Amino acid sequence: MSTQAELIVAPPSFRRRPVFSWLGDFPLIPTLILVVIGLVAIFANVLAPHNPEVGSLVARFKPPFWQTGGSTKYLLGTDQLGRDVLSRLIFGARVSVVVGFTAVIFAGVIGTGLGILSGYLGGWVDQVVMRLTDTWLALPALTFAIFLAAIVGPSMWNIVLILGITYWTRYARVIRGEVLSLKEREFVRLAVVAGCSKRTIMVRHILPNVINTAIVLGTLMLGVVIIAEASLSFLGVGVPPPQPAWGLMLSDGKQGLMVGYWWLTVFPGCCIMLMVLSANLLGDWLRVKLDPQLRQL
Amino acid sequence: MSSSTPNSASYEPTRRAVPAATAPLLELQNLSTHYVSAQGTRVVRAVDEVSLRINGGETLGIVGESGSGKSTLALTILRILPPAGRIVSGKMLFEGEDLLEKSEAEMRRVRGKRIAMVLQDPMASLNPLFTIGDQVAEPIRVHEGAPRATAWNRAKDLLKAVRIPSPETRVTQYPHEMSGGMRQRIVGAIGISCEPRLLIADEPTTSLDLTIQAQYLNLLRDLQRQHHLALIFITHNLGIVAKMCDQLAVMYAGRVVETGPVSQIFNAPTHPYTEALLNSIPRMTDSTQRLTAIDGQPPDLAALPAGCAFAPRCPRAFGRCRDAAPPEFSEVRGRTARCWLAAQGEAA
Repeated sequence: MSTQAELIVAPPSFRRRPVFSWLGDFPLIPTLILVVIGLVAIFANVLAPHNPEVGSLVARFKPPFWQTGGSTKYLLGTDQLGRDVLSRLIFGARVSVVVGFTAVIFAGVIGTGLGILSGYLGGWVDQVVMRLTDTWLALPALTFAIFLAAIVGPSMWNIVLILGITYWTRYARVIRGEVLSLKEREFVRLAVVAGCSKRTIMVRHILPNVINTAIVLGTLMLGVVIIAEASLSFLGVGVPPPQPAWGLMLSDGKQGLMVGYWWLTVFPGCCIMLMVLSANLLGDWLRVKLDPQLRQL
Repeated sequence: MSSSTPNSASYEPTRRAVPAATAPLLELQNLSTHYVSAQGTRVVRAVDEVSLRINGGETLGIVGESGSGKSTLALTILRILPPAGRIVSGKMLFEGEDLLEKSEAEMRRVRGKRIAMVLQDPMASLNPLFTIGDQVAEPIRVHEGAPRATAWNRAKDLLKAVRIPSPETRVTQYPHEMSGGMRQRIVGAIGISCEPRLLIADEPTTSLDLTIQAQYLNLLRDLQRQHHLALIFITHNLGIVAKMCDQLAVMYAGRVVETGPVSQIFNAPTHPYTEALLNSIPRMTDSTQRLTAIDGQPPDLAALPAGCAFAPRCPRAFGRCRDAAPPEFSEVRGRTARCWLAAQGEAA
């Protein structure tokens, strides 16, 4: 009797199981961190207690509220111009998120497009694109980005452009490799036999099959791009000064580090680290999840 | 006939006024395809001086062992050779037009529309990311510019034509939801979607088990009858040839060594190679006779012997065979053979 009752009760738990097992190794904390940073970026103007670009010189170098001399008016203290660090961090998230995502997408579009062309068309197109990526990869990425920034001048959208131009080669390499194996697959040959043009085959049959790879690569590139943006800002060729960017805050705070103003560098440093780490963990999970060879069907 | 109702959207055969007896649907004349290495030092004669003809509604079987040029011949007809392949000479007359004189854009309108092809591994021929409906509708949209909805309706009809149960639900499903036999029939549906005049099937049953094979062959034959389709059937399975084909061409080392009606060739092969092939398959009737294998290996297509390519393995070769390659001798009732023995028969 009791076994029968158990059998009747059993199904709901069985039904729920696949969802749990699929989410079993889902990186919940990294995703949450990314979502929070994203929300903070969107609602920066609502959340920030002070104007991030205007400070009061009477309130310079205030420590965080739990240290002596700190006040709850400036929760995470103030910088050398008396600007609220918390507000600057909140608005800095906006810069990092916007630059990070758009630069990754921009690089992805260029790299994926050239990778597909190179892999599918082959011949001289392949030669030109691949030699170009070889040359690109031989250049030190950050130095090249600084060089470009020196030419076009500092602004947030120029940074996006520069990072896109610097980092497309990684996509191109990986996508080309995918395409080389895809184009020998029977369904691509069937499309040829059915009279599809090369353009149709690339857009309809190749692109949807490499988009997974591009997305995974994008998440992994997000960390690289955010670090690069912070480095450029730190070096003074990134986001121009009055705008709050994490890299720029690190740079401004570095003199203060020697005389005990630790909050000027530690907080933006932690923000960069958390965001990059989260992006990498999520990317790693996606890579395993979407890789057809590691995925169980 | 149905030509009086040209606007009917049904899949009834649209017979064009091509008298089958006078003009063949496809005629290959002295067609040669070579693979040339990058340095141009090595030339592989994959298809060598092939002349064949196929009439509308007829089935031509092409048999031969691996590497005899069967698949290259199919790729040559559609002009989708890999970069190393060159069509060096010959003519391909399809409905009176030479396919070799067409531009690439014109060829694209022939592929899938007038000549369709079913590939060696139909199991892998479907894109895993698109629904069945999208894939069956694709050639219709490419060639006729039909809107999506119309093409999808025709896709449903096509699935019905290839005997897929409940096509309404199947069109929205993905390839991984189908069994092997179904996927194969779907590839068949893609093949006939634009009502081609000629369907080339390149070993379409090698990846299937025997029961599904038989079903598929029956289906192909029915479709052929309904659509008045000419079929080129490339295989190395002589049993399938006996079941499916009207005409047979035997290929050896890139050359067609014997052609003719299947029943005549099976009963009385002219070329020693054909004879050897037929002796190497078991028959139900004479179980006492031992099966014979053909000694030796097929020749290297880059370094063919001076005479007949089969001479080194031929049990009936004589002096002349090693000196000069035999031309195509035409025998009675549309049979040809590339063998000096046939010449003797002709003289006698």
